[in-house]
Amino acid sequence: MKLSATENRWKSLRMPAIALALIAVILYLGAQKNFGPVQYAQFIADGLRGGAIYAMIAMGFVIVYNVTGVINFAQGAFVMLGAMLAVTFHEMEMPFSPALRLIVSVILSIAATTLIGVLVERLTIHPARFSSPLTLIIITVGVFITIQGLALLVWGPDAHIFPSFTTLEMADKVFRVNGVVIKAQGFWIWGITAIVLIWLAFFFEKTLLGKAMRACAVNQRAARLVGIRFDRMSLLAFAMASALGAISGIIIAPLLRPSFDIGLNLGLKGFVAAIIGGLVNPVGAVLGGLMLGLLENISAGVTKAGMRDIYAYSLLILTLLFRPQGLLGAKKTAVETGGESRA
Amino acid sequence: MLEIRNISTYYGHVQALKNVSLEVCEGEIVSIIGANGAGKSTLLNSISAVVPPRSGQIFFNGAEITRLSVEAVVGMGICQVPERRQVFSELTVYDNLLLGAYLRLSGGGSRAEAQKDMENIFELFPILRERSKQPAGTLSGGEQQMLAIGRGMMARPKILLLDEPSLGLAPLLVREIFRALHQLRGQGMTIMLVEQDARAALGLADRAYVMETGRIELSGSSESLMSNEKVKQAYLGRLDRHPKRKGAGR
Repeated sequence: MKLSATENRWKSLRMPAIALALIAVILYLGAQKNFGPVQYAQFIADGLRGGAIYAMIAMGFVIVYNVTGVINFAQGAFVMLGAMLAVTFHEMEMPFSPALRLIVSVILSIAATTLIGVLVERLTIHPARFSSPLTLIIITVGVFITIQGLALLVWGPDAHIFPSFTTLEMADKVFRVNGVVIKAQGFWIWGITAIVLIWLAFFFEKTLLGKAMRACAVNQRAARLVGIRFDRMSLLAFAMASALGAISGIIIAPLLRPSFDIGLNLGLKGFVAAIIGGLVNPVGAVLGGLMLGLLENISAGVTKAGMRDIYAYSLLILTLLFRPQGLLGAKKTAVETGGESRA
Repeated sequence: MLEIRNISTYYGHVQALKNVSLEVCEGEIVSIIGANGAGKSTLLNSISAVVPPRSGQIFFNGAEITRLSVEAVVGMGICQVPERRQVFSELTVYDNLLLGAYLRLSGGGSRAEAQKDMENIFELFPILRERSKQPAGTLSGGEQQMLAIGRGMMARPKILLLDEPSLGLAPLLVREIFRALHQLRGQGMTIMLVEQDARAALGLADRAYVMETGRIELSGSSESLMSNEKVKQAYLGRLDRHPKRKGAGR
């Protein structure tokens, strides 16, 4: 008994202990480079900007996983399509003012990407809906590779340019607060992410359709028995995920000169964020995204910029090894599993 | 009202139902009793189209429903309350009940009307009103069963298919559930009840069918089955040890 008590104390202290050790290492490395509060504030600002994007991509993973049980690795392709389609629509001749042209191209890109998401579900996931989750996951990987290959054919290997939302040209307006540089696009990213997330919370908490989707996630069979059509909910989940992917791809496009291959990294980062959040938990996905953004920026900042992805994917591996239920996820309680396991 | 003609249902190569035929008339409570694995749940799932039968026909009010989808069967007014309750554990009691009326609401039905139906269910199971803002997963087993029945009722079914409502519940709770079912019948509801607790089921039902290994072995009025020697031996054997449960539901 005594042993398990100390064990429990160690378990409850483990997370804070690891966090403290991590902060100590970061501060030590930062001190070697003579970093002051300004540098850290800059890392945090950049981290929260990237993190917001990861959070929105992660939401796409969570929604599809919750409703269908599929980890949709095509999510990254939707991010890329959002950015690239926005670029293409923006390059078209339109008899509008520059601002309106941007808005129209954004809306068209979201609509087109959502349509592609819906087609992906109908043409690849729906016909295989009775297969094992593993089969479905491999299908989504195939879809990703296919879309990326087609994107290479359509857009070529070059990087493209999408204007920043504030200035409507390549060079963005920059704010300086006590030496910390924040691009105006960052505020667009935070604002749009916040609006989208609040809308999603409203949708899942308050609307009948949102509740029906959650019901599907909790218990598919019972959901069908009250007349909820699972195939429609699956379609809706893919539509929402692809729209979320498109939005995140579009709002980050001015910052990264999008090309056909940006989907892999962004999609995987969104996946990492979703895993950190426990994969089923929307709040966890948002926190996971922000945490991932912060952690990769700060740790890359105090070491080498090129090592950013190493930190991000190490975090994925560590999470899966030591906390597979995610940061917020508790092991399921007896109450929750009781109905299922009792024979 | 509900007529089943010679259905056979398979799980892969395993035949779970063998030429089952039965009938439920309007306003009746018909019970299916039998041991674990006799095919009772499969029978309900075949009606609900969760596991469609491979052969045979099912009619509801004269219309064939054998090939309909799960949702379409619900739309016809046949509502199954599944085994082990299967409430939406992470959603509130209120949302569970609301989703019971999903077909109606998504088809343009008014929420005010659903609210009124909910009041009736709260009258039947007052505890659900107290718990309406709680996640369904935090309810006790008995409360979850009440919620599952309430959720089924929200669809305004013409017939309610109940799968083992007594499963895992204390005798006192079983009695309360059966009392509610009795009350529902008083309101004109038709009920098809699958039960392992043969005594409670026969106490409530007008008629019953006894199932064994995928077949209907016996059928008749509850009284006649209760006095049947074979039924007594196989399903009511523990009569003397549970004298209190005799009147369950009445």
